[in-house]
Amino acid sequence: MLNEFLQLILSGIAIGCVYGLVALGFVLIYKATEVVNFAQGELMMFGAFIALTMGGLQFMPFWLSVVLAVLAMALIGGAVERAVIRPVLGQPIFSIVMITIGLGFFARGLASLIPGWGTLTHRLPTPYADQTVAFGELVLSAGHLMIILVTIVLCVLLFAFFRYTRMGVAMQAISQNQLAAHYMGIPVARVNTLIWCISAAVAAIAGILLAPITFVHANMGLIGLKAFPAAVIGGFGSIPGAIVGGLIIGIVEALSGRYLPDGIKDVSAYVVLLAVLIIRPNGLFGEKLTKKV
Amino acid sequence: MRFLFKTSYNQDIRLFKDRITMGWYLALGVVLLVLPLLLGEYYLSQASFVLIYAIVGLGLMLLSGFTGQISLGHAAFLAVGAYTEAVLSARGVPFVVSLPMAMAVSAAAGFVVGLPALRLKGIYLAIATLAFGFIVEVTLQQWESVTGGSMGLLLEPVTLLGVTLDSESGFYYLALGLTGLTLLILKNLLRSPTGRAFVAIRDSEISARSMGIGLARYKTLAFVISAAITGLAGALYAHKLQFISPEQFGVFVSIELLMIIVIGGMGSLHGAFLGALFMTMLPEFIAILREYLPSSLAYQPGLQPTIFGAILILFVLLEPAGLYGRWVKIRTWFQLFPLYRKGLMKREKSYVKSDRLS
Repeated sequence: MLNEFLQLILSGIAIGCVYGLVALGFVLIYKATEVVNFAQGELMMFGAFIALTMGGLQFMPFWLSVVLAVLAMALIGGAVERAVIRPVLGQPIFSIVMITIGLGFFARGLASLIPGWGTLTHRLPTPYADQTVAFGELVLSAGHLMIILVTIVLCVLLFAFFRYTRMGVAMQAISQNQLAAHYMGIPVARVNTLIWCISAAVAAIAGILLAPITFVHANMGLIGLKAFPAAVIGGFGSIPGAIVGGLIIGIVEALSGRYLPDGIKDVSAYVVLLAVLIIRPNGLFGEKLTKKV
Repeated sequence: MRFLFKTSYNQDIRLFKDRITMGWYLALGVVLLVLPLLLGEYYLSQASFVLIYAIVGLGLMLLSGFTGQISLGHAAFLAVGAYTEAVLSARGVPFVVSLPMAMAVSAAAGFVVGLPALRLKGIYLAIATLAFGFIVEVTLQQWESVTGGSMGLLLEPVTLLGVTLDSESGFYYLALGLTGLTLLILKNLLRSPTGRAFVAIRDSEISARSMGIGLARYKTLAFVISAAITGLAGALYAHKLQFISPEQFGVFVSIELLMIIVIGGMGSLHGAFLGALFMTMLPEFIAILREYLPSSLAYQPGLQPTIFGAILILFVLLEPAGLYGRWVKIRTWFQLFPLYRKGLMKREKSYVKSDRLS
């Protein structure tokens, strides 16, 4: 009984890490540009598909195809920012929300039109597939373990990047006040593009990590809609918040799928979200948003 | 170009700008009334869909276009209206009673969503409405004793005061009448103090509050009215299709509903109609387009979302004022000919308006 419970928690944590990584992508973009990227899940889906296509080439080792997919997604992310996001910056939030929703639609449709991707479900071959790791009585598949490890490494890397590099500090400055950052000589527009690159790369990593568990298909980006609650619970502007939010959603989902009636699992993330929003409108780690007159 | 000299304040809030405008709308009304004589069954049925979508568009326009609240879960209100109507009409409740009931239940749902809206802003609100949409969709799937689960529910044609409207034209007139009524109510609402308060909230919450507008009250009110109108459209939609299932009210439908108002033109009632017309015609165009595409591409299910997404992106990028904004520009071009300048309607560039405290 207790073992089963712990087992659920563990797999919840693993899935939660993926939610957290996708949420991290949202948060990075939101923090710097105040744009919410509703196409984050689709970026993730594209990353997984690119890794799949590259892995399909016989001569390419798995690790190289992963690195190339992440780099390719970084370029795509930057290109998307330049092409469609930068022209609408400064317009009402509604326009930007609609444009990223349109991007999501477009990307999902496009993926199903590309030959070899299509509407079918694909399996991303990984060297660690079908392996398991045992911790005493608990068994964790290598895929889940990999998710947790990569998430930890990525978090440490991002933390170091924001803390110790010039570019990271510049990004923090932009997230606090764009105009002031601009006056300080930070090339705001270029840094924003870079943020999109990083965010898309993180999404690609999340996609590749998730691929062995849910398989690769055109609709896998819908997990982005689950990552929203994660980002909001964490307070949309907070990077540790995103990971914590993802973990909460993952664990709640795993437990509600086991102990609660059918169908609750699918909405549990949103129920938690609404509950958090009602108690703490700006999330657990969020900044205060309303201005008092 | 005609100049309108206003001699009293009431002229500002008249239903029609002047007699000529009124004449045009009367002509439009006459065309709409004789439409069943001109169109075949199929196109008349499409016209009914345009009217239903236009009602949803009006409801959503009030909330997003005039009050500035984003709703990514509007299909849920459509669903609440449709299911209430389906359940009530299956129990033999007459249409004149069940329709207001559907609106009332939908309005109640709007009130529930409006409650967190008091504390949430911008993106948090959008995501809360998204969550609401999901919860309603899953509830419809799981609550099988009432909603029939994924099997859906069947409906009979509308019976209005003893007359069964099972012909295409009968339903069309019903939809036309309700659309006209909704439009009139909204038009009146928007020129009343309540409507002015909505617009004030959209333009600046801070200044609205400074002018003594209770944000909580008016935001909730906007949600309630918008949900009621959408519920009305939902009831019509249910009778039009005579079959409803949870898949018809998913999150992507909410986004298509938003596309109606974005493509039509935010902040104008005309936009709701133009957008509804566009969104009904778009699948038809795509069907025609399919014949010219290589067959490997033409019958992919992904074609439609790709085109939808591309059109949405292009509209926001190139014509943020939507179809109605484009029409206004073309009209102005003719009125001012040859004096129209390129930058006449250009929006001023502004810095990112931050939601953050700084």
